[in-house]
Amino acid sequence: MKRTRSLLIAVVLALWGSACSQQADEIRIGEYGSLTGGTATFGTSTHEGVLLALTEINAGGGLLGKRVTVITEDDQSKPEEAVTAVLKLIKQNQVVAVVGEVASSRSLAAAPVCQANKIPMLSPSSTNPKVTQVGDYIFRACFIDPFQGSTMAKFAINTLKVRRLAILTDTKNDYSVGLTQFFRDTVKSLGGEIVAEESYGEGDIEFKAQLTAIKAVNPEAIYVPGYYTECALIARQARELGLTATLLGGDGWDSPKTAEIGGKAVDGTYFTNHYSADEQRPEVQKFIADYRAAYGGKVPDAMAVLGYDAMRMLAAAIARAGSSDGPAIRAALAATKDFPGVSGRITIDGERNARKAIVVLKIDNGEFRFVESIAP
Amino acid sequence: MEQFIQQLINGLAWGAIYALIALGYTMVYGVLRLINFAHGDVYMIGAMTAYYVAHWLGFASAPSLQGFVVVMIVAMALCAALGALIELVAYRRLRHQPRSSMLITAIGVSMLLEFGGQRVFGPDPKFFPQLIESHSLFRAGGVVLTNLDALVIVVSLVLMIGLRWVVMKTRVGMALRAVSFSYDTAALMGINVNTVLSLTFMLGSALAAAAGAMVGLRNPKIDPLMGLLPGVKAFVAAVLGGIGNFPGAVVGGVLMGVTETLVAAYLSSTYRDAVAFVILIGVLLVKPTGLFGKVTVEKV
Repeated sequence: MKRTRSLLIAVVLALWGSACSQQADEIRIGEYGSLTGGTATFGTSTHEGVLLALTEINAGGGLLGKRVTVITEDDQSKPEEAVTAVLKLIKQNQVVAVVGEVASSRSLAAAPVCQANKIPMLSPSSTNPKVTQVGDYIFRACFIDPFQGSTMAKFAINTLKVRRLAILTDTKNDYSVGLTQFFRDTVKSLGGEIVAEESYGEGDIEFKAQLTAIKAVNPEAIYVPGYYTECALIARQARELGLTATLLGGDGWDSPKTAEIGGKAVDGTYFTNHYSADEQRPEVQKFIADYRAAYGGKVPDAMAVLGYDAMRMLAAAIARAGSSDGPAIRAALAATKDFPGVSGRITIDGERNARKAIVVLKIDNGEFRFVESIAP
Repeated sequence: MEQFIQQLINGLAWGAIYALIALGYTMVYGVLRLINFAHGDVYMIGAMTAYYVAHWLGFASAPSLQGFVVVMIVAMALCAALGALIELVAYRRLRHQPRSSMLITAIGVSMLLEFGGQRVFGPDPKFFPQLIESHSLFRAGGVVLTNLDALVIVVSLVLMIGLRWVVMKTRVGMALRAVSFSYDTAALMGINVNTVLSLTFMLGSALAAAAGAMVGLRNPKIDPLMGLLPGVKAFVAAVLGGIGNFPGAVVGGVLMGVTETLVAAYLSSTYRDAVAFVILIGVLLVKPTGLFGKVTVEKV
């Protein structure tokens, strides 16, 4: 049913698309993201980063002598909507490349559409390895889960000196399942012990059963690789049950909502991230200043940074390609080397993943503090 | 053992919420023979109303127990009005139509509330203001009872006793019981059936609103689709207890909450939602009338 429907939409859009061809004086780039729904802050932050990059690109004369426009579609945090959004961008709006999504499950849903249409897709922040394995037109501007999961494991064992760890996974989420696997493997190889593994599903609000089971085995730290709404509730309920173990997370925690919902419960927790506002590199400080000026003094989160980096990487690739053809942009993106991004120097490897450093942040009184930066 | 007791406490607090929602299903079914699918969404509206009332009245910035009581009562009153309105607009004219018409209308009302809710409240999850700071009330070894769990259990208990008193000891309660036997006969006895039906919806909706406000406090993330799953599960709880039966709904709700918690704790959370439906199928196979249900003979 769903398939017939998307096929039907595809046909209708294809007919429409051929009717209104690309205008000659502009380059259209598509963006799809979760502007609403369960991970709304991810989509809005990314969008703000993309728009900031777009303003800079057009202020610098655009690309190939043309103005650049970004067409944005909201997927409401739903994978099936992501497919429709991307189809619409490619067939109806005739975009030359697509930026999106944050969540791996939604990138995985939309990537096959981009691949089939030979439109390069650049995910700003989907970290599950499977995303770029969809095909050679799919890229990302961030590191991948094996690196993120194993870095957190190393941090826990080597820096925090804990040995007994528990994991609480969101089994409905490719991202969380991936992180869990690499975290578990690295902990074991470093001589640590996984004393409990529990699970939940995205959208749950009650976690006390799992947390009580974890409490019974008394771990020193708990790895909770998930998204901010659930993770913040997990932190609250863990503290209510008297669990004092250190909580560890991934970049899915990077949202102002983590501290808003979690309150005191998330103080003293650590998570891996793409960037820290505390870093003194000139790219970072310039970006923060520009972002604050554009968005009323708000401090950018990592999603905004990656949206900005992805958009600029894509623009640089189009400029190098000298053409807005799908295959030409693809080749130029694949050749990205030492791109000076805000989130670090980005090199695209053979698997179309970005290689760059990771940062560990600590939540302290609701503020995210830089702890250390770990190179790949 | 400690862990098991803790799980029972977790399950009891969660089950009390299901019980409150299940009571609404059971009451409406008792008088109208209608499964009011919109009931889970009234629970959502209850949580949302409490959220906005807490902000409007300024309790969000000055949290207190009294503040929560006021917020909950206002949410209950508004949802009671909503319940009466739903009955008046959606169900009243269909009362003498085939039962399936009303059932499908109920699904329509449910969707209206869900997607209308997305339009009005926005689809993003909201963070419910913490009107009462959670702390542990009681601690014995590894077992913790938080003040919020205790609040949920106590408030639910008070509301259930209150409802029982209304139904068993007051004149309107008597009218309600009479209508549940046969509304045609009750009408002949001079009972205003319309008033009684409005009242039933008001009571059920108020209980659902109380459940919504307490969930907001205890698990502070609310969104327009939050009523979907708890609504279905509370319905299963009502069927488990014997739909139309008051104590049955309460026992069914608590059983549901405890079972779910134990499944998540000792098996896997993946099966948590499935368990509700396994229970439903099991009950329908073994005892179709539910634990406390009476066998009724279909009259021709």
